[in-house]
Amino acid sequence: MSNHQKALEALTAIHGVRGAMIATGDDGIVVAEAVMEDVDGGALAALASSLSHRLEAAAAAAGGGRPGFLHLQATAGALLVCPAGPGLLLVVIAERGVNVGRARLEMARVAEIIT
Amino acid sequence: MSDDIRTLTAELAADPRSLVFLELGEALRQAGRLEPAAKVVVQGLTRYPDLPEGHDLYARILADQGDLEGAFDEWDMTLRLDSTHPGAHKGLGFLFFKADDLHSALRHLETAATHRPDDKQLAGVIARVRARLQEAQAVDTAAPVDPLVITPASSVVSFPASESKAESASPESVGEPAPNPLEDDGLLLVDAAGLRLLGAMKGAGGSETADRVAAELAGVSKEAGRAVRLLQLGEWQSLALEASGAHFFLVPPTPETMLLAIRDPAVPMARVALGAARALEAARRWLERGS
Repeated sequence: MSNHQKALEALTAIHGVRGAMIATGDDGIVVAEAVMEDVDGGALAALASSLSHRLEAAAAAAGGGRPGFLHLQATAGALLVCPAGPGLLLVVIAERGVNVGRARLEMARVAEIIT
Repeated sequence: MSDDIRTLTAELAADPRSLVFLELGEALRQAGRLEPAAKVVVQGLTRYPDLPEGHDLYARILADQGDLEGAFDEWDMTLRLDSTHPGAHKGLGFLFFKADDLHSALRHLETAATHRPDDKQLAGVIARVRARLQEAQAVDTAAPVDPLVITPASSVVSFPASESKAESASPESVGEPAPNPLEDDGLLLVDAAGLRLLGAMKGAGGSETADRVAAELAGVSKEAGRAVRLLQLGEWQSLALEASGAHFFLVPPTPETMLLAIRDPAVPMARVALGAARALEAARRWLERGS
């Protein structure tokens, strides 16, 4: 098992996390993934990258600086994204009841390992 | 010191891993000894960070101490751990009521009431909220549409670091006319085409940036909708971004519009969310009146 894969397993061990992946930030290509079968990893990576870019542009337009942790909350779950070193994104998809605080802390730890 | 507190303190000392910290914290709170109560509960939560009852109790202690923002954070955490927790719904309902966000208050209070049908205090508050909502609707119908202008705090890129009027509502403010949450620096309302409906924002050097931000936000809304549909996550409710220079919180007042709240990064995201939630209801009312 690669280091990336091990790092992702730590995230999927959190109750409520349906999957985690590392993707390239520029084009949303999957670098490593640990997602459930019902999650389309390729689409998830592309969407996370695209959403991240959009928000980066909005933050830049507002003078808000470098983007960090992103939390998209929906009625049935959440998408969490954070930068993970140069050109990479760490992406987590979670169920509604997930402890976002814990997932966020673990994502920061994993992002440091990847970096 | 009462016998109960003495006994519970001895029990906790004998077994620091025991859940008796909850009883001790509650006993201290009820005795009005809020500082030691907070200390006991915080220590307990370091051992049991995922215990909803612990976060709920800590929230009630913070509320008793007047730290409403802290209480909000703790009840928010409680619901993340147990989305049906009646105590947290009741607490958040009271906080939203104090902040005059009556729709959110009613939603939380009614959820709490489904689990606590015999709670008379809760039923009384729900009745008051419903009455206030009816009054507000009557005023809305009669009032003319006011042009609302949001002015920037300064000509340099700096975001509000202080609490918004909605967030700083105190227990004493209940019953007073609530401030208009849309008259607040750091709020921007945009439509689906990326056009600004309300708000202003200046970048470094004093240049107007609100229209550029609004244009970028149109893409964000579409992308968020696409992501949650593909991932089968239902409808998107909010989008939070922690950037190095600001905290951004986005909510959709309607499917065609989006409200952005921007705060200094020193302001906790949960508090940004609280302010945005209140502004969301005001934005909906403004859109309804303006259409």
